[in-house]
Parts: sequence; C-alpha cells; structure tokens
Amino acid sequence: MQMRIDPAASSDDLAREVADAGAARSLWQDAFIRLRRNKAAVASAIVLAFFAFVAVFGPALAPNPYDEVFPQYVRVPASLEAYPRADSIVPEFESVLARARVDVGEITLDGGTISAPIVTDRGIDPRFVRFVERSDLFTNARIEEVSPDETRAVMVADVKRTYFFFGTDANGRDLFARTMIGVRISLAIGLLASLTALVIGVTYGAVAGFLGGRIDGVMMRFVDILYSLPFIFFVILLVVFFGGNFVLMFLAVGAIEWLDMARIVRGQTISLKRQEFVQAAEALGVKPGGIVRRHIVPNTLGPVVVYLTLLVPKVILLESFLSFLGLGVQEPLTSLGVLISEGAANMQGATWMLIFPAITLIVILFALNFLGDGLRDALDPRDR
Amino acid sequence: MNAMTNDPVLTVRGLKVAFETNDGLVEAVRGIDLDVHRGETVAIVGESGSGKSQSMMAAMGLLASNGRASGQALYRGQDLVGMRERDLNRIRGDKITMIFQEPMTSLDPLYRIGRQLAEPMIHHRGLSRREAREKGIALLERVGIPDPQRRIDSYPHELSGGQRQRVMIAMALANDPDLLIADEPTTALDVTVQAQILTLLADLQRERGMAIVFITHDLGIVRRFASRVYVMRRGEVVESGATREVFANPSHPYTRMLIDAEPAGAKEPPPAGAPLALTGENVRVSFDIGGGFLKGPSVALRAVDDVTVRVREGETIGIVGESGSGKSTLGRALLRLLPSEGRVVFMGRDISMADKAAMRPLRKELQLVFQDPFGSLSPRMTVGQIVTEGLLVHEPGISGRERDRRAVEALREVDLDPAMRNRYPHEFSGGQRQRIAIARAVILKPRVVVLDEPTSALDRSVQKQIVELLRDIQSRYGLAYLFISHDLAVVRAMSDHVVVMKTGRVVEEGPTAAIFDRPASEYTKSLMHAAFSQEDFHVEAMRVAQGG
Repeated sequence: MQMRIDPAASSDDLAREVADAGAARSLWQDAFIRLRRNKAAVASAIVLAFFAFVAVFGPALAPNPYDEVFPQYVRVPASLEAYPRADSIVPEFESVLARARVDVGEITLDGGTISAPIVTDRGIDPRFVRFVERSDLFTNARIEEVSPDETRAVMVADVKRTYFFFGTDANGRDLFARTMIGVRISLAIGLLASLTALVIGVTYGAVAGFLGGRIDGVMMRFVDILYSLPFIFFVILLVVFFGGNFVLMFLAVGAIEWLDMARIVRGQTISLKRQEFVQAAEALGVKPGGIVRRHIVPNTLGPVVVYLTLLVPKVILLESFLSFLGLGVQEPLTSLGVLISEGAANMQGATWMLIFPAITLIVILFALNFLGDGLRDALDPRDR
Repeated sequence: MNAMTNDPVLTVRGLKVAFETNDGLVEAVRGIDLDVHRGETVAIVGESGSGKSQSMMAAMGLLASNGRASGQALYRGQDLVGMRERDLNRIRGDKITMIFQEPMTSLDPLYRIGRQLAEPMIHHRGLSRREAREKGIALLERVGIPDPQRRIDSYPHELSGGQRQRVMIAMALANDPDLLIADEPTTALDVTVQAQILTLLADLQRERGMAIVFITHDLGIVRRFASRVYVMRRGEVVESGATREVFANPSHPYTRMLIDAEPAGAKEPPPAGAPLALTGENVRVSFDIGGGFLKGPSVALRAVDDVTVRVREGETIGIVGESGSGKSTLGRALLRLLPSEGRVVFMGRDISMADKAAMRPLRKELQLVFQDPFGSLSPRMTVGQIVTEGLLVHEPGISGRERDRRAVEALREVDLDPAMRNRYPHEFSGGQRQRIAIARAVILKPRVVVLDEPTSALDRSVQKQIVELLRDIQSRYGLAYLFISHDLAVVRAMSDHVVVMKTGRVVEEGPTAAIFDRPASEYTKSLMHAAFSQEDFHVEAMRVAQGG
C-alpha cells in the first residue's frame, strides 16, 4: 500500500495504517458502521422501514377500503375475530327479511350459510334479495326452492365475514385501514415538508453564510422577521386562505420549518468558509457557485441529516396539531392527527379509536427520534 | 545536573495500550519498559503514531474511552494502571502533573487563569482561596509572566501562546510534583519562545529536583535537554540509553534514520538570467481591528508593511519569521487572494488592480499549498476529485476519462499510488495528504507556487521527503517558489534567497548562505541561535540564572 514512499509508513498513524489495509471507506460509510452498532437506532430503522412499507402497500392489502362505511358496524370494538358475531346474525337476518315484508319461518344457520323459509301472498319477487344484500352482514343472497304458486321459498345467504382488527370509527369505517392511510399521509407530510425545509434552508443558509457581509445581514434579518411571526397563526392563515389542500399543507409547514435549517447551515458555512480547503478552492479559481456546491454543502450535510431526522417528527406533530384543530387533511382522507382527534372525542365509549392511532404515532416518533440520536452520535467527529 | 540516583519515581513494565476501533483492536503501545529516576530528564522520542503520548496517557489514566491499558506503571511502588479513579486523582495533579502541546486548548477559556491556577492547590493542598491566589502570583512570577499581580486576573485569550504555556507550567508546578510529564510542550510555539520555555523548564528542574518525562518528535530538543532517551516506533521501544551515546552511535537503523532526517542539501541555483516570474513592490496589507460605526475612528493593523519581493523562474524565495510576522499574509497578497496596496507584476503583467473575475484565468499559473494537510483537503471529496478540481475550472472542455488520466499522472508525479484516487483524505497520513495537496497544485502546471509552511505539520523524516519532492518538481518544471516557513532548517534546504520578516516588515534579506552564515540583524541572530544552537538547555539555564 505504501509504495515507494515506504519511510513515510513509519510516521503513519497506527489506526490509519490499519485503515489503509482495508477497503476504501468514506465518512458516510464510517458513520454507517457506527450506526449499525447502535442497537436502538437499528431497531428504529427497522421499525421505520416497516411503517414505510405499511404506508405504501398497507391500504391496498387491508381487508376493507379506508373510506367504506359499514352502517351495521358503527363503533365496534377491535377484535381479531371476524364480524358478525354469532348472536347477531339471526336477529339481523330476521330484521332484513322483515323489511321485505315477508313472513319468516325458522332460521337455520349452518356454518357460513344462513337460510329461512319465507312466505308471502304477494308472490316471491327476486328483488327480495336486495334487502339482504344491502346489509353488511350477508352476501351472495339467493332465493331457492320456490314453490309452484310462488308464495313460498327459501331465502339463502352467505354470512359475510369482515375483520376489524382496530375496530371501526363513529361512521362505521375500518380503523385498521384508516390508521394505515393515516401513516401514509403523516409520513408523506413529514418527509415532504422536511425536504422542502431542507432544500430552502440549505440553499438559503449556504448562500447567506458564504456571501457574508451585508447580503448575509439582510438575508438573516429576513429570517428573523419570519421568526417573529407567530408561526401557527401563519400556517392557519395559509390553510384557511387556500383551503385544506394536501400539497399546500406540506409547503406551508416546510416554508416555516426552513428557518432553523437556514440558521444551522449558515453557522456551519461560516466556519467552513475559513477552512483551508475552501481557500484552496478559491486559489484554484473555483467560482463561488462551485465552492458552495462542491465544498460547502457536502460538508454541512452531517448536522443537516441529523436535524432532518429530528425535523420529521416535529412536522408530523405539527400536522397532527393542525389536523386536531380541523385545519389539516379533509375527509375521507385522514392522518394520524385527525384519527387521534376523533379518538379523543370518542374516548369514553370507544377507547380503541384513540389507542390504536396514538400508539402508531408514538412508535413512529420514538423511532425517528432514536434514529436521529443515533445518527448524531455516528456523525459526531469528536467521538472518532 | 544529571543527578541520577537509584530512586525510581516511575517504573513502567510491559505497558500495553490498545484501542477498540471499527477496524478491530489497534495496538498503540506493545509492551514497553521505562524507568524514570528522581531529578532526571527522560525523553521519549518518536514520530506521530509511535505511541509515545499514549504510553504516558495510560499511566495517567487519561486514555480515550475506547482505550485499554495493561501492564504496570509504578509510581513509587503504587501501580497506576487499573487504579481506582479516586486514588488516581490523589496522585495526578499533585505528585504527577502534565503539560500538553496546545496551550490554546488546555486552558479553559471561560475562567480567569488565577482560578484555574488555584484549583489544584485548593483541591490537593486544602489551601484557602486567598492563600492559593498568593501562591499563584508567586508561581506566575517564577515562570516569567510579567506583572503577575494583574495577569492573574486575565483570561487565557488575553495571553500569548508562550505565556499560556508558562501558565500551564505554573499550574503543573503548583503542588511541587515529583514528576512532570511534558507532552510536546513547545511544538506549537515559535523557535525563540520554545528556547525560552525549555530554558525555564531546565531551570525549574534544577531548582526543585523533580523528574521530567519529555515527549517529543524533535531530536534537536532531546539532544539539548534530556539526559536519557527512549526511542519509540510503532508502539515499541527500539532503543534507549544516555542521550549522548544514543546520538553518537545509534544502534537501531530507525534511530539512525531519525537522526539523519534533518533536511539536508541545498537547492541548485536557478539558471542565470531567468525571467522574473512574480514581483511584489511595496506591498501593504492592513486589517481593520477596531473602531467603526459609533466606536470611534477605525484602527488598522499593518500586517504587511512595505515589502518588496522578486522571484525568478526556477528560484525559491524563503520567507522566514515567527507567527504574526505577516509572512502568510504576504503570500496571499501576492496571489491576490487578499486586498493589498502596492504593485504586483506576474510575467510582465500588472495584476495589482485585477479583480476576482480577471484573476480567475491566472489562478492556473499561481498556486498555493497550505500548512495543514488535514484542513486543506475537503473531507467529503475523493482524492481524485480533489486533485482534478482545478481542471474543472481551467480546462472545462476535457472529458471525465481525460481528467482521470491526468489525476493518475499527477498522483504518480508526487509518488502516490494512483489506485488510491477513489479514497477519501481521512485515510491518508499527514505526509500523504501533503503530497495530494501538492498534486492538486502541480496538475495545473503553474509557474509560481506559494508554499505556506508545507512541512510544518509533518514529522522530520516526512519533511525531508516532501522537501526533496518539492525540489524535484521545481527542477522539472522550472517553477518559482515562495517558501514560507518558520523552520530555518527547511528553509536552508529549499531556498536561493531568504527574506526575514518581523511584524510585517522585512528585517533582513539576502542569499541563503549569507543569511545563515553571517546574520546581520539581532533578530535574525536570535532566530539562528534558537534553531541551531547545540548548547544544553541546562547549561543555558544555569547561565541565565547566574546572569540574572
């Protein structure tokens, strides 16, 4: 490895010699190796990967669509068993047949099939099946054994088994599917708003810090002015003005959150600007744009990535807060914040409506914070 | 002077230090034996990474959290390795004290020095604040801080580097230690200050009879300061013995290599009548250091004051001076990286008025190599990207493949394996990094290169190679060098002509041989004395003591 400069080997830092023997490794790879040793961070990364998968594919794989209303299943508790319960099938069958104004004989429930003889002097009408089909409990209703005079028949239907792992909400919608769609919306807003903040903040901060002097002064005073606006008020104003648009939502949040990012990046840039490698680039004749792009921004990324992982939960919480106020995403779409808000309203009768979205949010926030902590430790050069 | 008694203060047996890293266990010290007797000065010499500092850190229980020490380090029979923190604290800071290389960072910037000085006395001796303060003033006076009554209330940033190191020494002496461990205490200081500090240490040792363990990479200091020496390499002691004997007949090839590592030889003079490459006439640079809006008239610091420099093709001008002499500022002003007054002419073209945009095409011809090989390479770029960055600016037309070929060529030119161009700078040693920085400058085929202390952060043996490399490249391309350094030995090996600067002005200039053999000004003489004197510091200390 040392080639012709062998005497130089004597002066090599021991650790470096060992590193030399190994494969090339960037600072990021180095940080990744440290991160991998942090168990909490690894577990968090796995949890987040799981939730990312849930956010993307979950709603498609869920047993019920997130926006379907089940009138028969309003506020049913969470259960791993399928609905309907055995004791509610027969009365329900009876009541739907009653709506068809037919006389019902003895109802027999046999496994997944329910049947009852029906009698009517108006004549058996094939449209009777619609009364049964309309119910959430039955499917594939059919009329069999119609008597020659068309006054007697047997109504047969399959019992529709529906799963509500997290129960249903006050409108009879599947909370499991809604939680998954909530994860999707919350994570998307968290990521998109944070990325908006990242792009604006890094660009603004790096430019202000690098140019310095009066331009820096003006740019940072503008940031100070934005800081002094009550920012919740600002977001509320935006949302009220433009309506609860999903895209606008993350733009608004990102447009507020970039202020911190700009300050962090500016501070980093000012100290980087005095580093010799920036001076070296100037001495090479590199234009300011090239210096910012190739030297300043890549070197600020360490703290920026850490701040980003802490910003995502902050944005999710902010979105939850806005949704809680009713300013967030609009029905039938939902987010974790909306679900928690509804759950809080129904806390007394339907605890599951609060517990499941709340636990999901807490787990995501924990994972993001642990990952952020782990990243900060892994990227901290002082520990190296 | 060499009061060698059979009274061991520190006995180290089979000391090992290992660090857990991502690459597995790295052994920094691989079982060393060492003895320090009362009142003697022992030097531990080695280049960076030899484990010389870590062995003493291990004895003091100051290893980084991933470090493990084993073996024995006996202080008067008590084993310090593996001792409980509480017991260890009774010894360190009291009986064994330490001074470090960086006087900037070893004092807490938030507290007045009086308080930092009093801390160990209050803690270990149970002195009251008032007593500690009085003793502190006496100590400051002893270590040669002028006006100690007032200085004891200053903050560290109000003191110069040399004064800070004196304060550190005063702190170390506060409790009359048996053993003082000095870890490169003078490396960060100018040569003349370095000589003063070493004289002070020698004097204090004579007065108090403590033992000193002196950790350094500088053999010149060892020769003049220590009675016994241990030479370390890669965690092992390769040679030890009385300093005079080790220097007279080094038995290990490594010791011989270290002793021979003084930069030697002289530069071939440039061909007669070579054209002028760069001229700076009456260059002035000033910085605003105060005043301004609502604060009264602005105050300017003349960092460079009326300096004229001429460098021909193939010629090296050595610019010598202590820190704050304005030599680096001059170098940057000549490259038009700093606003300055005066005339700067490059290849017959007046560039004094050229702005940034006008200078850009000329940057290809005027290059700069920095002192710190760690700070001057961006940690997030590969070596190949770093080396070829100049090509992106000056030859934007060439393809990526061509750039890569040029990178290979440039790395070969500086004796680095081109296969390493996809690696990141942190994987290279200091000397290798400096080669990368040189490759970055020479890839553009410049005419003038300003070398700002390119060898100061490197070990002697690496310095020697870099000096040879620079001379080699110069003779190949007829480059003009402005070689800025405080290290006179390196300047002598590199330059045709030397300019001595002090507080922004030229004190003396002339051909290298003339300046080194017959320095005219007092300032140059004192620099020469500090750098090349062979006199023992203990003898010097005695002379100073008797004279004063």
